[in-house]
Amino acid sequence: MDDNKTVDLLAIVRDSNVGEVLDKLDRELVGLAPVKRRIREIAAYLAVTNARKQLGLEASPPSLHMCFTGNPGTGKTTVALRMAEILHRLGYVRKGHVVSVTRDDLVGQYIGHTAPKTKEVLKKAMGGVLFIDEAYYLYRPENERDYGQESIEILLQVMENQRDDLVVILAGYKDRMDTFFQSNPGMSSRIAHHIDFPDYSQQELLTISGKMLEQMNYKLDASAQVAMADYIERRIRQPNFANARSIRNALDRARLRQANRLFYAASQDNQSVNTDDLSLLTASDILASRVFEGGNNTATPETAT
Amino acid sequence: MITNPTGRITQGQFSFLPDLTDAEITLQVEYGLNKGYAWSVEYTDDPHPRNTYWEMFGMPMFDLKDAAGVLMELNACRKTFPNQYIRLMAFDATRNTESIVMSFIVNRPKTEPGFGLVRQETNGRTIRYTIHSYGTDKPEGERY
Repeated sequence: MDDNKTVDLLAIVRDSNVGEVLDKLDRELVGLAPVKRRIREIAAYLAVTNARKQLGLEASPPSLHMCFTGNPGTGKTTVALRMAEILHRLGYVRKGHVVSVTRDDLVGQYIGHTAPKTKEVLKKAMGGVLFIDEAYYLYRPENERDYGQESIEILLQVMENQRDDLVVILAGYKDRMDTFFQSNPGMSSRIAHHIDFPDYSQQELLTISGKMLEQMNYKLDASAQVAMADYIERRIRQPNFANARSIRNALDRARLRQANRLFYAASQDNQSVNTDDLSLLTASDILASRVFEGGNNTATPETAT
Repeated sequence: MITNPTGRITQGQFSFLPDLTDAEITLQVEYGLNKGYAWSVEYTDDPHPRNTYWEMFGMPMFDLKDAAGVLMELNACRKTFPNQYIRLMAFDATRNTESIVMSFIVNRPKTEPGFGLVRQETNGRTIRYTIHSYGTDKPEGERY
């Protein structure tokens, strides 16, 4: 072994343009500090593995299967897409596409249906990333004849034998994924990276809403900003809160109300609308939400206005 | 006996060449996938040149991005039928093509007995010729 050989670690990172993806991740995704840190760690690990390979320090290829846990709307799918890009740039997957599936795509309805179905999905995901959303549904302990187990076995086999052909990312709620791994120790031991996605803070959600509106070419006026912050504060405390997804839905509904308002105003006084009118969301568009109708929130009605 | 210099059955592409290695097959499959073809695996133990339709091994594979998926299916077929003919075929779904555009044999029996020429005398002194595969003398599944 030649100990004097050197390899430029930074060159590997530079050549693969992986820094670009990581920066994009930092820039475009709000919050998620622990997730970003983990992804940087993984990227560094992969770059080092590449460097070792160049120097002839052969090691078995790293296991790259991952598990993303977190509440709905915390960005698991988005991060999976970025992860695929990082893996592709560092040469750990050949094509870098993401095949996103759920239980329905893997498990069949009758005997003998599951294996071909699962294999078909696996074949499509070869060379890229297979993203299994709500993976815990694959295992249904209450029904011992459930075909999910068969699907898990095929997945395990391919995850083990064709590690350089595809990367599997499982995603789901934290507690249910934990139960899933407890009942499938084989799955747990084959997944090297467990990444937990934290919930967003109110401030982060407000930033997210700003970014979403920017993409949709809308803006909030000053009073609407205040209303939006208030809305987020109330919405978090309500059931079925799905982080960024709830924000997106709220904005979609606000756009609907804005359209309605503009239409009504136009029909009243027959005025034409300009770009500003079309892109401005006012406080009234947001305050008309159900969330402000008292009831199960603890905020006093005064703060709603 | 129909023979050619290689002493083996020549059908489809690359059949005069030595057997393709898995790496070479991967390159061919990759080429097809880049053109948007759908690959499928077929097998038979009746290699008569007019036997166009071989048995399908699983469904044709649409929407694949990488050759590893096709190789996975091919290896499963080789495991099931180690001693039969297996071919890969690429289907081009482009309007007005809509047919097989690539086809090559990727697995052969260990021995290939070839074909015999059967002469049948008919009216007058006319002779009708039949190409008969020695392999097919035994029932299906027991050949080769």
